[in-house]
Amino acid sequence: MIMRIIFPALVLLAAINPLFFPQWDAFLTIVFAKALPVIGIILLLQAGQVSFGHAMFFAVGAYCAGFVGRWMGGGGEIVILLVAALGASVVAGLFVGIFVVRYRYIFFAMLNLAFSMVLFSLLEKFIHITGGSDGFRIARPTFFGQQLSRSDFELGVYYLALVLLVVSIYGVWRLLDSPIGHALKAIKTNETRVEYLGISPRRTLLIGYVVSAVLAGVGGAMVGVFQGIATPDYAYWTRSGEFVFVAILGGAGHVTGALAGSYVFEFIRVTAAAYLGDTWQLTLGVVLLGIILFAPSGIVGSLIKLGNRVRGVKEKRSQSSIGKAGEIA
Amino acid sequence: MQVLVLATLDGIAYGALVFLVAVGLTLVFGVMRILNVAHGSFYALGAYAAASIGGALASAGLSPWLAYPMFIVAAVLVGVVVGGLMERFLLQRIYGHEETLQLLVTFAVFMILDNAQRLIWGVQPYFYSEPLRLLGNVKIAGITYTAYQTLFLPLVALAVLFGLRWFLRYTLAGSVIVAVTEDREAATAVGINARRVFFLTFVIGVTLASLGGALASPTTSVLPGMGAEMIVLSFAVAATAGLGQIEGAAVAALMIGLGRSMAVFFAPELEVVMPYIIMVLVLLIRPEGLFGKSTARKI
Amino acid sequence: MEERATIAPYHMEEPVKARRIILSMATVLGLGVAQTALAQDAPENIKIGITTFTSGPASVFGVPAQAAAEMIAESINEAGGIQGVPVELHFVDEGAGAETLTTEVRRLVQDLDVDVMMAAISSGNCINLTPLLEDLEVLNILWDCGTQRIFEEAEYKYNFRTQANATPEMMAALLYLLKTNPDFETIAVINQDYAWGRDSWELFSSALMKLKPDVQVVAELFPRLGAPDFSAEISRLLATQPDVILSTSWGGDLDTLVQQASQRGLFQNSTFVLPLAESSIQRLGGVLPDGVIIGARGDHYFLHPELRDDKNLGDFVERFRKRTGDYPIYPAFHMAQAFAALQAAYDKAAEANGGEFPDRAQVLEAMEGLEFQGYGRPLTIREDNQALEAQLIGVSRTVNEYDFPIMDDMMIFDAADIMAPAGENSLDWIGTLDPSFIDIEVTEYKHGE
Repeated sequence: MIMRIIFPALVLLAAINPLFFPQWDAFLTIVFAKALPVIGIILLLQAGQVSFGHAMFFAVGAYCAGFVGRWMGGGGEIVILLVAALGASVVAGLFVGIFVVRYRYIFFAMLNLAFSMVLFSLLEKFIHITGGSDGFRIARPTFFGQQLSRSDFELGVYYLALVLLVVSIYGVWRLLDSPIGHALKAIKTNETRVEYLGISPRRTLLIGYVVSAVLAGVGGAMVGVFQGIATPDYAYWTRSGEFVFVAILGGAGHVTGALAGSYVFEFIRVTAAAYLGDTWQLTLGVVLLGIILFAPSGIVGSLIKLGNRVRGVKEKRSQSSIGKAGEIA
Repeated sequence: MQVLVLATLDGIAYGALVFLVAVGLTLVFGVMRILNVAHGSFYALGAYAAASIGGALASAGLSPWLAYPMFIVAAVLVGVVVGGLMERFLLQRIYGHEETLQLLVTFAVFMILDNAQRLIWGVQPYFYSEPLRLLGNVKIAGITYTAYQTLFLPLVALAVLFGLRWFLRYTLAGSVIVAVTEDREAATAVGINARRVFFLTFVIGVTLASLGGALASPTTSVLPGMGAEMIVLSFAVAATAGLGQIEGAAVAALMIGLGRSMAVFFAPELEVVMPYIIMVLVLLIRPEGLFGKSTARKI
Repeated sequence: MEERATIAPYHMEEPVKARRIILSMATVLGLGVAQTALAQDAPENIKIGITTFTSGPASVFGVPAQAAAEMIAESINEAGGIQGVPVELHFVDEGAGAETLTTEVRRLVQDLDVDVMMAAISSGNCINLTPLLEDLEVLNILWDCGTQRIFEEAEYKYNFRTQANATPEMMAALLYLLKTNPDFETIAVINQDYAWGRDSWELFSSALMKLKPDVQVVAELFPRLGAPDFSAEISRLLATQPDVILSTSWGGDLDTLVQQASQRGLFQNSTFVLPLAESSIQRLGGVLPDGVIIGARGDHYFLHPELRDDKNLGDFVERFRKRTGDYPIYPAFHMAQAFAALQAAYDKAAEANGGEFPDRAQVLEAMEGLEFQGYGRPLTIREDNQALEAQLIGVSRTVNEYDFPIMDDMMIFDAADIMAPAGENSLDWIGTLDPSFIDIEVTEYKHGE
């Protein structure tokens, strides 16, 4: 239902939106690009693991795009920048992943956090290479070989972000239905059983981890190119926290939750910043609390439940969206 | 040689403060299995409360020595009121949920408290250094140190460490906490009220964080954002030690404190990264932390 | 906590574009009524978007500047506005992160159609926003950020800076030091570990090596931005005993550093140079000892020696005190300079337009080579869109009238002497300096004289 009707309809709407509401383009580009890392978080949540450090790959992607653009001169070509960011995040994902997939739950979260804080400190420290806290300027690249004005370029990036989002959502959706996907979910329910089946949980988790790193990296590159800057904040722990926040907000039970969460998150953030002034952080915090306490399956999860109730379908099982409830206490 | 002495003294002073904050985090995790992201916010709240009460003391013309008992008052106030409310109205509703959701509840509280501090106290830094001046200076190896940082803070840290040990081992409430930590179901079966234990633990944890903040306030500018940094540092200490390890937290805090001050003297460029490097190295070799046990939890 | 300043009513959907089309049609048709039509067609208000920190550590600058902006806008509107048109302010928080900041700035420019932007405090945000605003073709006044790189690395049409940049700010501090303490042998630096801390040291130290090559740098410390504790750094400085200690830190970091250093006697053996300390002295009060070299990032100070009897400055200081309880610090003065430039540009453009309200292109044109005055010496916008601003610097001195030290033994350096000429890179220019640079002319003042 979601993947066959609602999601394609939304994509179609997004595709024709610039004709009617071009002023939303910049906002939606950010929404799409920042949904990518969240898809990665959702993928890992299927295995019951939460990373509190995925902002590091977001930063890797953004800085890589910046470096390659500068090395090519004049900003480079967006396709090459994205491919480079993808490559860099595969390498980074493998490097960190090989260590962290040995750990589970809180240790997995913390170790990711530690790695991201190391990267954050290094980005701030090596000021002559990275520009320090002022950030690294990313000049506007050519768009499929075309040198475009800012407005044309931004329209192009809008559609590129949309395409990447669709490909990622569809790809991860299929991945979750593949043998690897099922093995990932099995890590959450019973890891020992996975081993008895002769599947290596570590290798499975590593694959999932690298895929999620790539999503975060490409998302970071898109945001960096669009904003024209990469800053160490891209790797800070609060950003990693935001990704997890957005995943829960949208609903970690379904890939499209990333899009829903990203949209609502950015919307609240922008509206709160514009109309509530100083209290945008407080507003987000209250929303997050509300979601966890009253709708822990997130926006998409709640909608599915609602849809099921309307259609009179009984809920198969009241399985919680993420993690393993039995783990605690 | 002189340099080594200096670096050691600075490392101990810094480690003492970090321990005071991190031990609350690790206690809460050990008992409740909740990693409290808002822990740093309580540190900040404690600092703000102490600076405000200190300012009030000064304008009321009272003796600045009152600042010392007032640190404890400020810490307990934050612990019981803010910590108590948070446990009673938020955490109690999510016990038994996934770790991620619990983590995010505390993340939400962090965002709210961070913003609330700004709304209550504004953005100008506060500085209340009277207590630090009262204790005067000491000269060690030809270098002037404040007695407050070099002597008082490490003493308080030691007192908290041994106080906690004593509390957990020799008091009824402490034994109950240990029992719940070891086996919640068994403890509940013999009639222990786990909820009350959680409440007590959380209030103690928050009180310790805000005590750390209150004690830090004479040495540093109290300003927005001070909590966010402290959280990560406390995480690093707690994870290096092994989550839930109280004595371990003391050792880890000391290691991180010494690592940092050695870096200032010998490799200033590494100062910022030092705590995380120590943490990553330790976790890579011993995933449960220096003192953690992968099977049984200890407190 | 702070009210949002919307001075005039907030109109989301003003028919600005329609009016502009009618206007241009009238002009094209050459109608005789064009004159009166133009006079009536001044907009209802001049919309100004301002980015400032209302959260994060840099809000020690952002919040006083916001108060100043609200205050200035009120008095402009009480006096009938700029060229008869009231101003309307829209603030954006720089502390909300790069994405929110750019999204908000876009909203102001594209949806709200602001007439002018004033961005930003943080150099990082300036570097980020100047190319964006250039592409969006809106007049932007860089009202506070210091990085000298912006106008040295690219040419801009829509971006102007109405105060000095890091180069003259650091040169003034260095020259003051060399003029007053010519004989020091060792120096240490303790700066915040981010672009400003690193860049300011690079400018300062490379010029120092040219002017006094025998000086030895004994410690270069860069604790992270927002570090809560400098004990280890202070121990190291106490052990090395440098003659001079430079720190371009600000805000809570500077407060903490000064408190800890003063408690441990670091001020006794070393001369401190704190080029941003003017923004901290009211908080530090008596903790800051006398004889510390302090600066204010420009030529403005609530006790400016050349404008002590100036009524405008007196009024500004009094009203600012009434509003905030404090004396104005440099970001408030920078904000005043930005508004002074804007007002001067509208006046100049109106004059060129035969006394009629100017359109945006005319205002933009007026910005070129603009002369204006804030609460210091008159300023000029150079051909690279960078303002020439003098630099005031002095030492701390405790006096009876104030419960915090004020600036004494002040020197005011002329801008053109101490900054790289337009089009030249600051570090290249510093490379051409020689010790005769120390003897540069300067006006000196004593407090109260």
